[in-house]
Amino acid sequence: MAAHKLIFRIQRFDPAADREPRDQDFEVELPPGITILKALNKIRAEQDPTLALRYSCGSAICGSCAVKVNGHARLACKTQVSDCADNGVLRVGPIGNLEVLRDLVVDIDPFLESLGRVKPYLVAEDGAAPDHERHQSPEQFLKIDPSTTCILCAACYSDCNVLEVDHSFVGPASLAKAHRFIFDSRDTATFQRLGTISEQTGVWDCTHCGECSTRCPTETKPLERIEEIRTRAMADGFHDNAGARHALGFRETVGKRGLLDENYLPARSMGFGNLPGLLSLVPVGLRMLRRRKNPPLIPPSIDKADEIRKTFARFEELRK
Amino acid sequence: MKYALYTGCVAKGAGRENLVAARLACEKLGIELVEMTDAACCGAGVINEDNPLVADILNARTFALAEAQGLDIMNICTTCQGVHRKAQRKLQSKPEYWTRVNEELERDTGRRYQGEVKVKHFYEVLLHDYGLARLREKVVRPLAGLKLAAFYGCYATRPPEVNDLANPDDPDELEQLIEVLGATPVRYDERLKCCGFPIAMVNKENSMQLGGNAIASAKAAGADAMVTPCPLCHLNLDAYQPEIESQLGRKLRVPILHIPQLVAMALGVPAAALRLGTHIVRPTALMAS
Repeated sequence: MAAHKLIFRIQRFDPAADREPRDQDFEVELPPGITILKALNKIRAEQDPTLALRYSCGSAICGSCAVKVNGHARLACKTQVSDCADNGVLRVGPIGNLEVLRDLVVDIDPFLESLGRVKPYLVAEDGAAPDHERHQSPEQFLKIDPSTTCILCAACYSDCNVLEVDHSFVGPASLAKAHRFIFDSRDTATFQRLGTISEQTGVWDCTHCGECSTRCPTETKPLERIEEIRTRAMADGFHDNAGARHALGFRETVGKRGLLDENYLPARSMGFGNLPGLLSLVPVGLRMLRRRKNPPLIPPSIDKADEIRKTFARFEELRK
Repeated sequence: MKYALYTGCVAKGAGRENLVAARLACEKLGIELVEMTDAACCGAGVINEDNPLVADILNARTFALAEAQGLDIMNICTTCQGVHRKAQRKLQSKPEYWTRVNEELERDTGRRYQGEVKVKHFYEVLLHDYGLARLREKVVRPLAGLKLAAFYGCYATRPPEVNDLANPDDPDELEQLIEVLGATPVRYDERLKCCGFPIAMVNKENSMQLGGNAIASAKAAGADAMVTPCPLCHLNLDAYQPEIESQLGRKLRVPILHIPQLVAMALGVPAAALRLGTHIVRPTALMAS
């Protein structure tokens, strides 16, 4: 295949000269089979040596070259230009949710600090160095295999919808890192970890938007790890938070009639003893009532709900 | 054309107008619907987190019910749609687990899920089964002059491997549909973001901010209304819009329509039949039409 021309529209920012980021177009002629990283380095070498970017291994191992390509976080070294340039223009910018230092380089420190919040290290029983290695069986390792593959590229952090509105959220990479120790057979702090992560800004603050797993370039897939942490927290009895109560509300109403009771669920989630929380539901409830948008006062039920009740009666037995 | 209609919970609760519109639109198109009155909640990804096996049994039961009817499933909620597709994919990728799910399902209900049924959202039926060209011919009241912002909702686009979008990172299927109905699609930054609904009870401030960013972005792009295939997005963006306005400190007043309402209107269903008056932000211009 012959080389083809296209436009790289790169977001530039020089804190000494620019008040706002600006786009700059670079026309490039690229051979087939080239990655975004190689293309960016070609632009630096041939057109503008001041273009700032961060990279190291070029092999999808070090995790340093994440950028936004056409608005979504990707590893520059693992992404083919040909997969992203349908209309002849390819947009490249810095990853999101982090301050831009220059061009495609962001301040990665808040991301690394968020990892520190989940104690990303093994908490052993006695705390002392053992005489020999702490062994794991292959079956024990398989539980943490996905979460150990994280390369800390921050692609998930970049595109996380919750972090866009709240930087106190612990974030998907940190939750995946927490998973790596919660499910580690050698770790002895599981109870404390589940307790901490069940608090506000923790595992229940995730909206399930799925951006983290969609952008993740490894098998870490943070959303799936978040789901596994929630399952473990529910099974281990960490129920004193709105997220867990919400799940209990599903269990209680679907398990009885096959459908949700949308009048019961919000109150159950807030907590029946949480007066301010319950009062906060009153305006929206009245508003919906006025418009006849309120769920029916007699909760809906499916036909043959007895079949569902049989399954829910075995709820604990059916925990895998 | 005939489908097993899976209503989900919201269509029986706070989003009954979505079901009414879907029925009326399908009637106009000659699409026959057989409501699955015995199908249970999909679990919305929540039961899946509490007990994955129970959630998979619930959904396998739904698929088995449709198989017994000999029909594919039509969803009118992208959350149900996404959860169903994820469940099917999980079972198909793990044959031993699928066997276990079927054993448990058979024990409680005498049913088994064979893997034959397809699940499709209302808009996917229009795009892929009915066809946009055919739909265009059925439009008797083009929604001319109306600028509409499509709000996809998370489950319509992510994970990309379980939806039918040609380009999940930059889809235009809903915009195509809007154009066929005679309205003008409006592109805006937040069209693929989360509406915030799943954390409305966990972190209301974040939930309202996510919803607010979406509505403000659509409004800034000139949209007269937003339209969504997910009734949960509808609820957060419509029912909570007054709270969102308080948090943002500005008026928004952007109506949030369900896709079937829009289709039904363009097919000539009178606005009065579509329960637009139940919306918290009433689409007054449409109601008068």
